[in-house]
Amino acid sequence: MRYDLQYKRYAENAILIEWPSEIDEILLQDLLFYKKSIEKYCDEVILEVISSYNSLLILYVSTIEDFYGEVFMLKSLYVTNNSKENKNKLWRLPVCYDKKFAPDLEDFAMSKSLSVEDVIVLHTSPIYTVYFIGFLPGFLYLGGLNDKLILPRKSTPARMVKRGSVALGGNQTGVYPMDSPGGWHVIGNCPLSFFDIKSAVPCFVSPGDKIQFISIEEKEYNEISTSVSKGFFLPDSIAI
Amino acid sequence: MIGNVKVIHPGLFTTIQDKGRVGFSKFGISQSGAMDQKSFKLANALLGNEENCAVIEWVLQPPKLQFTEPAIICLTGANIDACINEKSVRLNHQIQVCKGDILSFNICKNKVYGYVGIKNGFLSEVVFKSRSFFKGITKRECFHKDDLILYKSYTNFEDHFSSISKTVLNTNYDVLHVFLGPEFERLSLSQKELLLGSEFTVSNIRSRMAIQLEENLNNDLPSMLTSPVLPGTIQLTPSGKLMVLMRDCQVTGGYPRVLQLRLEDIDILAQMRTGAKLRFHFLQFT
Repeated sequence: MRYDLQYKRYAENAILIEWPSEIDEILLQDLLFYKKSIEKYCDEVILEVISSYNSLLILYVSTIEDFYGEVFMLKSLYVTNNSKENKNKLWRLPVCYDKKFAPDLEDFAMSKSLSVEDVIVLHTSPIYTVYFIGFLPGFLYLGGLNDKLILPRKSTPARMVKRGSVALGGNQTGVYPMDSPGGWHVIGNCPLSFFDIKSAVPCFVSPGDKIQFISIEEKEYNEISTSVSKGFFLPDSIAI
Repeated sequence: MIGNVKVIHPGLFTTIQDKGRVGFSKFGISQSGAMDQKSFKLANALLGNEENCAVIEWVLQPPKLQFTEPAIICLTGANIDACINEKSVRLNHQIQVCKGDILSFNICKNKVYGYVGIKNGFLSEVVFKSRSFFKGITKRECFHKDDLILYKSYTNFEDHFSSISKTVLNTNYDVLHVFLGPEFERLSLSQKELLLGSEFTVSNIRSRMAIQLEENLNNDLPSMLTSPVLPGTIQLTPSGKLMVLMRDCQVTGGYPRVLQLRLEDIDILAQMRTGAKLRFHFLQFT
């Protein structure tokens, strides 16, 4: 499928490409395929391509002298993704929904007129799609949250959300990769490390990958946590 | 010989900065880097350094530093009285430093960010191709008392008595040049007029991430999908405030991007004090 794309000059050294404003998997595949072509063919002149749900921001090494010429060139790189090749993975992420790790779970369930068990089932059932990484190093923007779990963010953000916190905010869910202030409702904790500065690829998940949350007990959480801190825990993944 | 700068007094929020970390947004890593890139570049140029040599950045309250080995340094950015061993030294010039010398400053009355450059740069850890301090990326977020900052000692000081043109240093502008942001067209005519026609004030809500302006614009724009942002992106928050993103900003944001600062004007805004007045001047891309 080909989309009607908008090309906008964003800064002296940046061009923004926009898809229609929606969270959609087919759109994501199209966007990621285009991103790859741009990175491949413009390697010399660009610093990087920043991606999100429905846009790419191309950051150039220097000021773009000829915007229309550059857009013409970019348009020639936009071709339909025909490749059947798919290197994306499904990651199974262990989450402990125990009270100890879930300061907001009971209140959240109450505001949605659900039981705590309902919330856990609704949160662990879907297979989520990773759209992009942003907000914090290693923070995954996921799509696919069940409508029954949509609740506006806290009116006053918490000053400190613990690393690993699995949280819900609006129509999104995610894992805090490090301690941070945050306005989402914390319903559990994942013992994995989403951001490792010592690794050349600091985050094991890539845009286009899938995520499933698996509910675990506190005992298993502690075991995984110990392995992770020793550096020999590899998250479960399946090629899809 | 490796020398140490000993932090006798850390100042308010003193860090190591360079050009920043570009190319890692796909992992959610911010660009960071010197808030006033022009002053950072100037320090390295005056020292004859390679362009990405790391400098010390301080904000509002300067640090007090002691050098354990000879060095050549250069002070740029904020206008301030500086001393080596309580003897006054010039800004924007090469300064010879001897073993045991102490660099101190008077009160900072002008501008916000100051830089201490050194011949061949400071040697803190390199993480993702940059030494710029950033929470969660580098071990330190800012310097504390008694911290040590490494550098290579340098003894061949030759004073060339070179000085730079005053026009290079004169950045007392109150007009910031902007391009229209991707969501500008969604604003109403009166909002557009307010944005490009009225005077704004730098508020005290400011950090390396963003600088908020005081005035209120009504904001009735519908929420939008989280999208890429850059340093210099001006967002309109739900409460109607303008938020100018700075060097440590996140790589994506969910508020409408109404304007984008010209690259060199990001440096100018960084140096504006709380309470300073400014206007936006709209530039067309040529």
